This record gives sequence, C-alpha cells and structure tokens, in this order.
Amino acid sequence: MDWHRIRSDFPILDQQVNGHPLVYLDSAASSQKPRAVINALSHYYQHDNSNVHRALHELSSRATDAFEAARKKVARFIGTATEDEIIFTRGCTEGINLVANTWGVQNLRSGDVILITGMEHHSNLVPWQLLAQRTGATLKHIPVLDDGTLDTAAVEMLLTEQVKLFAFVHISNSLGTINPARELCAKAKAVGAVTLLDGAQSTGHMPVNMLDIGCDFFVFSGHKMCAPTGIGVLYGRYALLKAMPPWHGGGEMIASVTLEGSTFKEPPHRFEAGTPDIAGVIGLGAAIDYLEAIGLENIQRHDTNLSNYAMQCMSEVPGIRILGPQSGHRGSLVAFHLDFAHPHDLVEYANTYGIAMRGGNHCTQPLMKRFKVPGTTRASFYFYNTIEEINRLVEVLLAARKFFT
Amino acid sequence: MPLSDDLRDLYQQVILDHSRNPRNHGEIPPPCLHAHGDNPSCGDEIDVWLRLSEDGQNIDDLKFTGQGCAISQASASMMTQKIKGKSQAKAAAMREDFRRLVMGDGTPTDEDSLGELVLLEGVQKFPQRVKCAMLAWRALEQALESGRV
Repeated sequence: MDWHRIRSDFPILDQQVNGHPLVYLDSAASSQKPRAVINALSHYYQHDNSNVHRALHELSSRATDAFEAARKKVARFIGTATEDEIIFTRGCTEGINLVANTWGVQNLRSGDVILITGMEHHSNLVPWQLLAQRTGATLKHIPVLDDGTLDTAAVEMLLTEQVKLFAFVHISNSLGTINPARELCAKAKAVGAVTLLDGAQSTGHMPVNMLDIGCDFFVFSGHKMCAPTGIGVLYGRYALLKAMPPWHGGGEMIASVTLEGSTFKEPPHRFEAGTPDIAGVIGLGAAIDYLEAIGLENIQRHDTNLSNYAMQCMSEVPGIRILGPQSGHRGSLVAFHLDFAHPHDLVEYANTYGIAMRGGNHCTQPLMKRFKVPGTTRASFYFYNTIEEINRLVEVLLAARKFFT
Repeated sequence: MPLSDDLRDLYQQVILDHSRNPRNHGEIPPPCLHAHGDNPSCGDEIDVWLRLSEDGQNIDDLKFTGQGCAISQASASMMTQKIKGKSQAKAAAMREDFRRLVMGDGTPTDEDSLGELVLLEGVQKFPQRVKCAMLAWRALEQALESGRV
C-alpha cells in the first residue's frame, strides 16, 4: 500500500499550524475527510439536493435513490442480514438513546439488571442511568483490571438471568482495549440478555460484521470514519426493531395520520422522523466506498503498526505511564499520563509545535477515577498518520519534559 | 527546539515554580469558610479555605488544595499569597483586576497591587485557559459568599 499517496487524499493535512506541519493525532475524537467524501457532499448539493421519500420530481428521486443506496452500502459494510436493520441517526449517542427510550422503556422493569462495563464512554452510561431511574431497573458494571481489560471472572458473576441488557464498548476510547465482542455477546445470549455494542472506535478501523459478532444492537458514528459529522447508524436485529415503539414522532415515520391517531411505518423508517441528514448519509456512503477501496484489513494492519510503534517509542519517555493493554492487540490510540506535566499543559505545549492531541477525561470520568489520574493525554492514529509523525511526537514529549521540569 | 513566545509567556518560570511548589497549600481546620471549585470539562479542582478576622472584614488566613494544570494551580498559589491579609473589599477589587488582566478585558484599576500575578497575563493569548486561571478566584468568591448571611 502506498500510504503516503493515501495521505494526500486528505487536503486538510497539508497545512502548517503555529509555523509547523500539522500532526493530527486526534482521530479518535474525529477523523479527517478525504477528497472523495468532500466531493460527494459538494456534488450532492450542486446537482441532486432535494428532500427524500416525498416528491415525485427528478431531483427527489435522485436524492432518494442515493440515500437508500447508502443504506444498502452500510448494511453490506457491517454485515447485516438486511438493509432494513439500518437506522440513520446523528451518531452513537443518539442511537443508544433511541434504544434506551424505545426497547428499554418497553422491556425493562423493576428488578431487571442493565449491565455495562467500567470503561464506557458517558454516552453508553448516562442513557442507562436515566433508563434505570425511569424503570426501576438496576445498573451494574463489570470492573476493569489494572491492565485495562475487563475482569472476566466478574463477567461470569454478573451476567445472570436478571440481566436484560448488556451494553459495552467494542474498543475503549480511553484505553485502547479491544473487548472480545463475539465471546461476550455469546455469553449474554446464553442468559437471554439483549446486547448493544458501541462501535464508535472500531467501525472504520477494522472489519465489523454483525452476523459474526452476534450483537442485537450496534452503533457507530460516521465522523470517526471519514464521513461528515452529524451522521451515524444504529443497527438493530429486525425482530427487535419490529417490536419497538417509535421514539420521535413526525413526518417520514408514519403510515397514516388522522387527528385522532396514527399508524407507523415498518423499520427502519419508523425511527427516522423528519427530514434526515441526506447529505450526511450520502457522505457516509462515499466514506464506506473509500475505506473499502483501501481495505479494512489493510487499515487495521497499518493502524496496529502505528500504535505498536508509538507504544514502543513513547514508553521510553521518562515519567510516562501508558494506560490500557501494554502489548498485543489494541486499538490505534495511546493514552498516557506524564509525571511532569498535566494533560492540558502538555496538549497546549504540543499544539505550539503543530501537534493536535486530546487531553482530559475523554468522557470517561469513572475510568479516570479508577486509574487515579486527573485525566490523560491521548494520541490517536488513523491510516493517514505516519511513523515520522510519531517520531515528532516523541521529540516534543522529550522537549516538554525539559520545559516542565 | 525553539519555543514560541506565546508559550514562553504562558509558562514563565515563576508560574511553573508556583505550580510545582504551591504556597499556602493545605486545609485550614474549622471554623473556617470553604468552597470547592472545579472545571468538569478538564478535571481541574481547587478547594479554598479561609479564616476571617473577628469583625469579618479581613481575610486573615487563606489556603488551598487541588489538582490540575500548571495555570490553575499557579494562579491559586499566587492568589493566596496576594490576598492573605487583605480586606474583603480589596480582595473583590483585585479579583476584578485579575479577571480583566487574563481576559484582556479593559485595564486593571490597580495593576501594581496584583504583583507577580501580572505574569499570568500570557493567558490572554489562550482563551480556553482563562477558566483555569480563574478557578481559584471563583472558589474564593464562593467561600466569601458562604460567609455572608
């Protein structure tokens, strides 16, 4: 693979920040967009823009065709049985809230258990806290071990028949841990629990296949995998979706409406009230085409090489503590704490050298408490990053040590 | 590696020294006034503890504890040094002057009395760090507020 040529597909990366070449190491927060995606948005707005599913005119049918073609692409991309299992959302957060407010409210009762893990992003924690308050269900979590993996002994203890829902993250945004999704879904299934997998950090970084993983619900956000912001996907097993009540009411999701009442469309449209983010969906389709042309296995291999190289170089910085699995299979991010600089001071310092990183609690406050750190700095990688950029990062970390001590 | 001037201004040696060796660090045993301040988005935390004079006019003792970035901790340390022993009215005036300084919002009325706190002027160039510099001062205000009945 010619990764340097692939990097040149991302116009934004070719710029100076504070007098230095931009080193973008914040893709776990949001990835950059290739020209193919930017052009797809531009093309849509210049040639096909119109509302979907309603009008009979030419532009509307083009927009509708492109919109529904993207749904098929997503279905193939994540390996679902049918595209009717693909619901477009604004992102992971909305997808999880949709499940909590429909399936959750319909199925959970006092005495039931919602099981999560200690490494969830706030978006896969707070909706369940709200649901527990509303239904009387109990929220429990699987503890995280010192090495950043889940306590498998606790999984056996906690995954009981009281568990109605097991929601967990595929790849931790704060640790880089890759959870054994297929194995955990199989265990949950054995006790009759429904599973929700948060694929924010895995989708677009590795091949994901719903039928293979065996989860009941899956969410991902487009903007973390080269697509525009504001578009995401909720996958749900069709039998579950079909039994779920609507969440948002309005146009697009109804079959017929009288002043007294309404009937609703079948999934997925039942859950897509109002005019959707049509351009976002088309951009997501373009991102999928782009990623598939490179190949998800290739992307995963390159991501892994980058993060292994970074782990190796960064672990030699004096005073560094890297969170999460220290070796082996991990996501393409390195979160660390330095004994000489607070994350915000370090991020500010690195920024003056053109390096973009994230510092703070990464929306995982319970996890920061668990590892007794006020926050961490996170360098996250995607296939457009280079070994040279990681060398540059290490150079700046060493300079920061001199500066702050 | 050459440092940018803005960064050098933000992290002057005096500021780094205060963050590494904070002055007036610790708690004051009761009876005292206390307030907790935090910036949830970044995890900075400051607890301010103070004791007023018998007539309630003067801040006789002032300490802080906390954790966070160099700017938040240095600002707290320098604040305790400057405010300790001052009247409540003077503390309020200095707080306003300090706010103007770090936000670049008008001219402080009495810049001289801020002393080495003026070294934090570099924060002006980093708007997202204003809340770090102001954290201890917000907590101080809350602690004083809690003493008013």
